[in-house]
Amino acid sequence: MDFGNRKYILIFMIVSVLVIFVIRLFYMQARDESWKDRAIRITEKAVVLKPPRGLVYDRNGELLIANQAVYDLMVIPSDIESLDTVSFCNLVSITPEDFIQRMAAIRKAGGSWKAHEFMGQIKPSDYARISEHLHEFSGFFGQPSTMRRYPEGVAPLFCGMVGKVSQKDLDSDEYYDPRDYIGLGGIELAYESELRGTKGIRYFFRDHKGVTMEVAEGRLDSSAIAGEDLYSTLDIDLQEYGELLMQNKKGCIIALEPATGEILAFVSAPGYDPNLLVGRERGANYQKLVQDSLKPLYNRGVQGLYRPGSIWKMVQSLVALQNGFVQPSTRIACNRSIIGCHGPHSYDDLTGAIQHSCNPYFREVMKRMVEQRKLSNRFEDAAQGLDSWRNNIMAFGFGSDLGTDIPGTKTGQVPGKTYYDKIYGESRWAYSTIYSIAIGEGELLITPLQMANLAAIIANRGWYIPPHMVRKIGNSGSKLPEYLEKRETGVDAEHFQVVIDAMQRVVEVDGGTARRARIPGIEVCGKTGTVQNGDLPDHSVFIAFAPKNDPKIAVAVYVEYAGSGGSWAAPINSLMIEKYLNDSISDPKKEERILTASFLEH
Amino acid sequence: MIYSAGFNAEHASIFNIGQEYGKQFMFIGICAVLSVLVLNVEGNFYIQSAWGIYAVTLFMLILVLVIGTEINGAKAWIKMGNFSLQPSEFSKMGTSLALARFIALSKVEFRRFETRLKALAIVGAPAALIVLQPDPGTLLVFVAFILAMYREGLSGNILIFGLGSVVLGVISVLLAFSTFDYPFLGENSGIYILYVIIALIVILLFAFIRVFVLPRYRKRTIVQALVWSVLAIGFVASVDFVMQSDKVLKPHHKDRIQIMLGLIEDPQGKGYNMDKSKMAIGSGGFSGKGYLEGPLTKYNYVPEQSTDFIFTVIGEEWGFLGCVTVLLLFFGLILRIIFIAERQRSRFTRIYAYCVASILFMHLTINVGMVMGLAPVIGIPLPFFSYGGSSLMGFTLLIFILLRLDAERMSVFR
Ligand SMILES: [Zn+2]
Repeated sequence: MDFGNRKYILIFMIVSVLVIFVIRLFYMQARDESWKDRAIRITEKAVVLKPPRGLVYDRNGELLIANQAVYDLMVIPSDIESLDTVSFCNLVSITPEDFIQRMAAIRKAGGSWKAHEFMGQIKPSDYARISEHLHEFSGFFGQPSTMRRYPEGVAPLFCGMVGKVSQKDLDSDEYYDPRDYIGLGGIELAYESELRGTKGIRYFFRDHKGVTMEVAEGRLDSSAIAGEDLYSTLDIDLQEYGELLMQNKKGCIIALEPATGEILAFVSAPGYDPNLLVGRERGANYQKLVQDSLKPLYNRGVQGLYRPGSIWKMVQSLVALQNGFVQPSTRIACNRSIIGCHGPHSYDDLTGAIQHSCNPYFREVMKRMVEQRKLSNRFEDAAQGLDSWRNNIMAFGFGSDLGTDIPGTKTGQVPGKTYYDKIYGESRWAYSTIYSIAIGEGELLITPLQMANLAAIIANRGWYIPPHMVRKIGNSGSKLPEYLEKRETGVDAEHFQVVIDAMQRVVEVDGGTARRARIPGIEVCGKTGTVQNGDLPDHSVFIAFAPKNDPKIAVAVYVEYAGSGGSWAAPINSLMIEKYLNDSISDPKKEERILTASFLEH
Repeated sequence: MIYSAGFNAEHASIFNIGQEYGKQFMFIGICAVLSVLVLNVEGNFYIQSAWGIYAVTLFMLILVLVIGTEINGAKAWIKMGNFSLQPSEFSKMGTSLALARFIALSKVEFRRFETRLKALAIVGAPAALIVLQPDPGTLLVFVAFILAMYREGLSGNILIFGLGSVVLGVISVLLAFSTFDYPFLGENSGIYILYVIIALIVILLFAFIRVFVLPRYRKRTIVQALVWSVLAIGFVASVDFVMQSDKVLKPHHKDRIQIMLGLIEDPQGKGYNMDKSKMAIGSGGFSGKGYLEGPLTKYNYVPEQSTDFIFTVIGEEWGFLGCVTVLLLFFGLILRIIFIAERQRSRFTRIYAYCVASILFMHLTINVGMVMGLAPVIGIPLPFFSYGGSSLMGFTLLIFILLRLDAERMSVFR
């Protein structure tokens, strides 16, 4: 029997298999693109190139915030071979417990073939010692990185700081990865998006163990673009001087350039050296600062809420003048039966009242503004009057957003109808209940920044530009557009003359409260404030600007528990003005008196 | 001539293997010498010593079980200095020769049951020894001899039987690993559904026979149907047994079968090989990533890529065009061997040639099917491509003996 025909069946079988294979190959290789995508995902590794953070200069081009080269000690857990833990701990100066903790955290993060940060931001001096022996510990290696440095060590709260990103930042902004640092206050936070730069990316092949191999050719790389350099408004010399004057004191100094709203000095005392909050000791130092009873991390300049005291009388004067409730010539008797006063005067006009800080005068002025007698119900009338007054006040930036770029700013508190209704009940309060706000006491709360801004408003005769920290973004850039526009207070320039004249008399007339603020050859206009604290010493307040006719600087000084405004805040303020305008101090005794003073008991 | 093409391709792929390249190059040298030797021996020698060669290969298979080295769970290698010899690669040749000699020279008609049983024994002996290693890949290759025997008159039922077994086997495995909520009986293995279905088919079959088949053929048909039914149930039961017990197939083999059938999705674990292999081939695209430009194979993502998974290198580097070229060369070679077989006057040479073609076909089908995810991961080399001296020498011997025999086709008449 011949089975020759069976060869066709066999050939048919063989060819069928071939056809099936070719169809399958065609489908896999020419039709289905998903294999390609998966292959790329598995074999390629995108390495993020981190840009250096932008630098920050002061207004004279001096470096305020710089970068320094540091090393991150990295570890690839799967590459560790027979580690001598004890000598390794000695090398990097940590305890074995710390070592175990760090390794546990790394294991928890996952990816034993990936490089993890074992210890970040090691200074080159320390790293030099470590790197000498690092080769003895397989799996560990150093990786250059950068860290912030503050060459002058000034203005910690103005500069802010950088720290590890939080989970919230990671969730809300895909720019960040867990090893990133982010601005945590001051300029670092406010201008984070400008400073952080643009990350680059480079693609590498990795082998089946995840070990990075050569650069993947033909893939679109992008290089990292450094963050923008910022030119801040700060004057480092003035800032340093301010911090020196405030040594052993609690309070703050804020100096502005009235015409631009630029912050020249921003002292919150007591301060700290910003260099403490970088590098390996950051955590420990931060804890120390948090626990410090003097609260060095508390930004008094924008978060401290204080009663303004007598400086408030200028705001009252301006609002009353603008609305016609007083004239410069208006005289009011100093009736001390309801509210106390000080000094020998009995029947001042407006200039005199500001100069002497006459409380009964301003109690009466405020009464006229609140009790306008437009409504028959005296409660409703007072409520309406108060809110209309409040609107005028808020135009000065009190109790409202000043529009500054300083993070964490508080608006303060200017009480109105809603506020008092809540406390006393509707129609349960009248002017007689609330009159202490007339002289800057009571429920009024403002920040030192708002005080400084008030000085700038008076210097500008009616307008201000929100105080800000950065005058130029990038080498060829400008400041943010909102800091080029004036904000009007609604008080006409003509009404300022009487207030400014009075402020000048406060400083220059022999009986004025701020004789200590005099500077030879400079017309200083200022106003003292003495905020009562019951049994404790008063807070000492002084705001001023100079020179009178071409104001270059406006300064607010607030010294807690120091005494009267004239005795401490005024001389400190004048020293700041003199330092800025003359770059020298004419009265070393005055300076000496301030430097040796200490008000930290309370 | 087709053969030389195979050798050229060999060079191309072998460059990818790095340090193994040197060794393999040496094997090629040995094979070149070997092929010259083989071609210079008279064809008659192979016919005369077929039994002897078969005996030697059988002895080596026994030897490997005694003194062999275990690699990857199989005792398949005899270590000799730096090199390892894999007797199963040579047993294919020995068995081909013996089978050809037995069928060709037995005066008895191959249709006789006794003859078939003896042929089965010739194939079965080495196959059984290979099961003991165990080496399921090579075992499957021995199934290929059925194709050669089919050409010589083995009943076509065997082929249908084989095909049916595969279909039934796949269904059995699928059901054996799934559970069903049976009425009254609760959760139980899905295999019982298959028994029920087979029983129903048998009942229908009997009804069918009673109605349509003429009474005088009925008895024979019923016997046949009964035999088939018992075989089917026995087969399903044995598949179930094999898949449930750990004795016959190792757990990793069972996992591979399940992965191939889509019962387990596990690209990181046991399905890793197949997943990466498919990914490498699939990502090669139409024209490939270029020589040494395939990151998956270059960075060792595909395990055993120089041996069993060598086709993935071709797939990733040379794409669809490269794969089809290689496949065409291989299938061309197989068809060429069939052509050679059919022009023989010597029955021995024809059967031997069919054995060679069948072995190549089996290797190709399983290996390429495996890397493309059409067959379970079974260790079996791609002829001439995969790294391994024994495999290369084995195939060299197979083919050059055929060439020598073919060269003598005019002078020999048997
Ligand atoms: Zn008075």
